[in-house]
Amino acid sequence: MLPEAAEHHPALAHHFDNLAQQKEAATLGMWVFLVTEVLFFGGLFAAYSIYRGWYPDAFAAASHTLDITFGTVNTAVLITSSLTMALAVHSAQTGERRLLMLFLVATMILGAVFLGIKGVEYAHKFTEHHVPGATFHFEEEALSRHAQVFFSLYFVMTGLHALHMIIGLGIMLWMLWWAWRGTITSEYYSPVEISGLYWHFVDIVWIFLFPLLYLIGRHG
Amino acid sequence: MPRTNPLLLPPRHYLNNGFGVRSWLLTRDHKRIALLYLVGVTLFFFIGGAFAVMIRLELATPAGELVTDDTYNKLFTLHGVMMVFFFLIPAIPAVLGNFLIPLMIGAKDLAFPKLNLASWYIYMIGATFTLYAVVTGGLDTGWTFYTPFSSAYSTTQVVPAAVGIFITGFSSILTGLNFIVTIHRMRAPGLTWFRLPLFVWSHYAASLIMVLGTPVVAITILMVAAERIFGFGLFDPNRGGDPVLFQHLFWFYSHPAVYIMILPAMGVISELVAAFCRKQVFGYTFVAFASLGIAVLGFLVWGHHMFVAGQSVYAALIFSILSFLVAIPSAIKVFNWTATMYKGSIAWETPMLYAIGFIGLFTIGGLTGLFLAAVGLDVHVTDTYFIVAHFHYIMVGGTIMGYLGGLHYWWPKISGRTYNELLAKVSAAIIFFGFNLTFFPQFIVGYLGMPRRYHAYPPEFQLLNVLSSAGASILGVGYLIPMIYLAWSLRYGRIVGSNPWGAVGLEWTTTSPPPTENFAETPVVTWDAYEYPTEVHGHVA
Repeated sequence: MLPEAAEHHPALAHHFDNLAQQKEAATLGMWVFLVTEVLFFGGLFAAYSIYRGWYPDAFAAASHTLDITFGTVNTAVLITSSLTMALAVHSAQTGERRLLMLFLVATMILGAVFLGIKGVEYAHKFTEHHVPGATFHFEEEALSRHAQVFFSLYFVMTGLHALHMIIGLGIMLWMLWWAWRGTITSEYYSPVEISGLYWHFVDIVWIFLFPLLYLIGRHG
Repeated sequence: MPRTNPLLLPPRHYLNNGFGVRSWLLTRDHKRIALLYLVGVTLFFFIGGAFAVMIRLELATPAGELVTDDTYNKLFTLHGVMMVFFFLIPAIPAVLGNFLIPLMIGAKDLAFPKLNLASWYIYMIGATFTLYAVVTGGLDTGWTFYTPFSSAYSTTQVVPAAVGIFITGFSSILTGLNFIVTIHRMRAPGLTWFRLPLFVWSHYAASLIMVLGTPVVAITILMVAAERIFGFGLFDPNRGGDPVLFQHLFWFYSHPAVYIMILPAMGVISELVAAFCRKQVFGYTFVAFASLGIAVLGFLVWGHHMFVAGQSVYAALIFSILSFLVAIPSAIKVFNWTATMYKGSIAWETPMLYAIGFIGLFTIGGLTGLFLAAVGLDVHVTDTYFIVAHFHYIMVGGTIMGYLGGLHYWWPKISGRTYNELLAKVSAAIIFFGFNLTFFPQFIVGYLGMPRRYHAYPPEFQLLNVLSSAGASILGVGYLIPMIYLAWSLRYGRIVGSNPWGAVGLEWTTTSPPPTENFAETPVVTWDAYEYPTEVHGHVA
């Protein structure tokens, strides 16, 4: 059917001419998706900027109740997971299947550690009554209402970020399966590459969340 | 167009490539997915229309006799929700765009066929949630979901409706993403950007808005849901939030959303005007860039929905100026269509009637939009029927005229058959007349001060409201007739061959209906869009 029949790779979808076109389409598709993600989180960042501008004291006081050690460790964990992800993509390009699987597993473990630490932090917030809603209580009564806005943003932002992490773990599991059954080769590695784009994006979101949520007024 | 020898359908085409339910529900063919969407949007159009019927019935008399005020709140809310999110936004892109973009650019399918099918399922799941809200008590917040009423006070089904709209938003995002990647990466050899049909340009511009705007309304709805379900403090002033922030975030999407509706319709009109005047669209490049101009400017004008929401006078001033600027690319399009028609050999086929109807109604809608961009005048008519009339001229007079015009134009390509021309022309005239009778009186009654969203009104407004209700019943008939004869034509319509209009464009070079693979072999394009022979040959079939 196609003039490039010689190039008919098993992973080539019927409506593409060749693997290069398929890879370009998939990569562009992921970039466009990440743009929508930027705007998705962008709504929250816009709300954060406005409320922080209005309620600087409440935001600083509420931010100080977050555990900076957990936050810092998690930042380090996530950056390391981006490194292992990049190494996984490299292994896929060079066709080293065992290394690819190793780095994918390492990425998943680091992602799971991040989520575990996040869970511990959430549990602390529950016991401290810092979860917005009927049981919300903030130590400084005067700042309570605006601190609740901070914690609302905190939970929505970190919660959505965690949801993206969980989806990322699912994608990694999928890639691990494809690597294991040999679908991923040095000819056809774009699934790992664009999964990597997603993972790095989720990582970068955290790089913004960490200082904005944990480090308000920590200087001096 | 007398035809000497009866034509046959091609032996192999996308409609006879599998017949079972599975062959439709698991299809990855963009043409079949377009038809799935056609079924969906038609269903929701008539559900949304049923609410409109009840609204117009209630408003036939000044006293609120037919329904209670609470019920009336639900009627206009559900009419808006159904029509905006489940009909107007998906209608042209997901049906006509889905069907035509690969055909117009010489591709076998969209870049991501599975994602395309997933978009339809996401759309239907979202619609299911919203329909669940409809049958379990409805929704009374207005389609705009303004906080804190929606997040704290309304006792109706805000959460399922919001979840439905949130989910459906992703269908829109994924469709836009699919179109963008397809237009970038799947064009046939030789089909450069400036050889693309203007339909493709306008869908590209609309896709940019879908991809950039929809996630913002998605996160906004999610925040409303978090506030309502968990008691978070985000928009409710009692919990430290700011309701005006909600309006900013909401209109950041929902104003550009109007351009998601109208840009694809404009693309349809460009195709129709060229095909039925047998001329290149005048000022092709300007029309193409006007689409992008509308998409960009559309993101900068949302504040004109908030002139009375306590926004600063400087912000209002800037939003007012920017809103006026949208008139420039819009006028470029109208002038260029008119210039194309000038001295063209106009064929008065049904689709062309819709195109001319579109140009007239869009012009009225656009010019009254300038009234609303002017802060002083806008304050006077805010929340009156003037606004209602204005946006119906754009969204119904524009989008539905474009949608029906496109459906009639490409119906022979979609089905391989044609419909009853006379009935089609009559119903196009009925729709045009019914539409104007419905909505023109609303400009007047709104200017005289009748507010929107009330089920009762002072008796002096009755005459204009009766005219409007009468027009609505005519309009309703006008919408029903095409559904009947189009459905009839699927089985009994005359078979027309690959190019019944004698139009240029890659979609007319393949059979009607097209094969699943669209083209026997990938076309190579060496010509510009709309290269009609300069000498007029009349209407060749």
